[in-house]
Amino acid sequence: MSAAVEEVVTEAPAVEAVPKRAMTLGTGTSLVVLALLILAPLVVKNFVIFQLTMLLVYGLAVLALNILTGGSGQFSLGQSAFYAVGAYTSAVLMEQYNVNYALTLPISGILCFAVGFLFGQPALRLSGVYLALATFALATAMPQLLKLNFLEPWTGGVQGLVVTKPDAPFGLPMSQDMWLYYFTLAITIAIYVGAVNLLRSRSGRAFMAIRDNEIAASAMGIDVALYKTLAFGVSAGITGIAGSLGAIVVQFVAPDSYTIGLAIQLFLGMVVGGVGWLPGSIVGAAFIIFVPNMAENISKGLSGAVFGVLLFLVIFVVPHGARQVAIFCQQTVAKFRKR
Amino acid sequence: MFVEKLKIAALATAAVVLMSGTALAQKKYDTGATDTEIKIGNIMPYSGPASAYGVIGKTEQAYFNKINAEGGINGRKINFISYDDAYSPPKAVEQTRKLVESDEVLLMFNPLGTPSNSAIQRYLNSKKIPQLFVATGASKWNDPKDFPWTMGWQPSYQSEAHIYAKYLLKEKPDAKIGVLYQNDDFGKDYLKGLKDGLGAKASMITAEESYETSEPSIDGHIVKLKAAGVDVFVSITTPKFAAQAIKKLAEMDWHPLHIVSNVSASVGGVIKPAGFENSQGILSAAYAKDGADSQWDNDPGMQKFYAFLKEYYPEGNRLDGSVVYGYGAAQTMVQVLKQAGDDLTRANVMKQAASLKNFTPDTLLPGIKINTSPTDYAPIKQLQMMRFKGEKWELFGDIINDELGN
Repeated sequence: MSAAVEEVVTEAPAVEAVPKRAMTLGTGTSLVVLALLILAPLVVKNFVIFQLTMLLVYGLAVLALNILTGGSGQFSLGQSAFYAVGAYTSAVLMEQYNVNYALTLPISGILCFAVGFLFGQPALRLSGVYLALATFALATAMPQLLKLNFLEPWTGGVQGLVVTKPDAPFGLPMSQDMWLYYFTLAITIAIYVGAVNLLRSRSGRAFMAIRDNEIAASAMGIDVALYKTLAFGVSAGITGIAGSLGAIVVQFVAPDSYTIGLAIQLFLGMVVGGVGWLPGSIVGAAFIIFVPNMAENISKGLSGAVFGVLLFLVIFVVPHGARQVAIFCQQTVAKFRKR
Repeated sequence: MFVEKLKIAALATAAVVLMSGTALAQKKYDTGATDTEIKIGNIMPYSGPASAYGVIGKTEQAYFNKINAEGGINGRKINFISYDDAYSPPKAVEQTRKLVESDEVLLMFNPLGTPSNSAIQRYLNSKKIPQLFVATGASKWNDPKDFPWTMGWQPSYQSEAHIYAKYLLKEKPDAKIGVLYQNDDFGKDYLKGLKDGLGAKASMITAEESYETSEPSIDGHIVKLKAAGVDVFVSITTPKFAAQAIKKLAEMDWHPLHIVSNVSASVGGVIKPAGFENSQGILSAAYAKDGADSQWDNDPGMQKFYAFLKEYYPEGNRLDGSVVYGYGAAQTMVQVLKQAGDDLTRANVMKQAASLKNFTPDTLLPGIKINTSPTDYAPIKQLQMMRFKGEKWELFGDIINDELGN
């Protein structure tokens, strides 16, 4: 009897399998999106450039979660903690030790990779909702840890730290906002390409095998423990870099910026964008940035409720998020061509 | 072609002549102000953990509606644009930039929250946009030298704590003080003020306990403080926890001298839910009248306030301290714009904000006045001690000026 129950449990994987080819966009579409991203800041106001930069930053963080959940099938509600570690690493290095902002990014990435990898060790024993709860604990603990008294000389305690915005280098004739946008874009593209290649590599296939069936994966000789923690580390590292960029763009870090609310937003972005579909990360990030503003325009007092309704509609109409929309468009175009 | 150009040139010249004849006489404008309109930006937590404060933004909107209905300020209508920042600093930066760069407001008025204001302070100062009357009690807003475009409004937490320290030093010099404080910018600022106020006698504080807003109950902390044998209990708490503390003290039959911070002195929001019988003798300090307190029913200022609520903001709750707060802040803003007259440049608005003389909004306690100067960016610096008796606060002692800070 218990064997039967177990079978039922393992038969329904927590995350729907996404074939690796379907995880990315075609070359043509990629180039169009890239062109749009490069040209957009030339025609809009500085404030919109700032929003677009935040879009890329959150997009990166959602991408990181997507590698973890869509790739290796592990849940995390603790991404805000890694984001906070990244943000604080950059802020402290820049403000207290005068390190160049660009140099703080790899430091944040490596530090967060280490933190994620170490956290992945105990988290190994957990899966599904239990893992989600463990990471949830990490997210709720983080703001308090940042407030600790003995860290105050570095972190500024509850008051947070103000970060100086970098100017464009080599006397380039562009505003700080535009420079930061292109800087963020370059890093985002590099990480995106890296992530696509990672998922197509041997390690990526190992992640997906674990996602689809852990027992079968280990029978095939995959070191499940190693790859699970590795997925955690990579995801945390990318989130940390996103956090660093976020701190530089927003020019301010405070413990209360990185609450569990942020982790849930990122999770939401991943679901809306399509779990396991990497380009969906940007769509998901757009949802978490722009939809609350839209909801506020509809009704100020009930913005939360309006947001809830919109979210519900999205989940109800397109349960697989932006990926579903993209596939639908692709099929329509294909039909059109056949005629 | 040439004739066309001539026509345009003639028109342009005519326009310039006309303008210099009338408009250029006195009026000066920066972005966000015109002959008919003044655009004011604001951010408020309408959603998220601090959404209870969203009422402040709604009250201010209602007050500006009243001013507009009565003809505006020097003939100009106020266009109050208020966005939700959900109490999140990144969102605050985004919304503020939207207000400044897309909506093109003249100034930012009463943005709420220490983290949100810290996040936008440098941006606004670098763009020379007034960040007026920020809705937070942190003491750092009074810094005209480094941040000449940022100004607070309410008494700082530290000022208030100094006043309690002064009271304790005088009335109970051998006290053993136990402090319960919220582990955030509010609690820590306050605790620092208390210690600074006690000065050399800061060792009077024999026990400190901090709590997080995410804790469901603070009973454990209070039991610890009682066990530490303190005889003065200073409660640096937000409303929900202040009420819990009052109840717990009564439950334990523990009666130390109990001081509650001003943010939680609301009769409607804290004392009533905690029980009048449990709250007798509690001390606090105030700078504004309490809408739940019957002693102000015949006060001319409060009558104006009640009339405003009735006509322009009927859903507003007069027992809610945030409504009283929003009304007073909006009135101060209107006073500054009135003083600015037709010179609605950002520099002049800031200059006028820094030259308020004995201004008294309807909702401040009698005797408390708003004064600012180019070196004094703390509009309200006075408070009065009060003791809870029966069903209302009784003010006692003089209006106290805080001389230590600010």
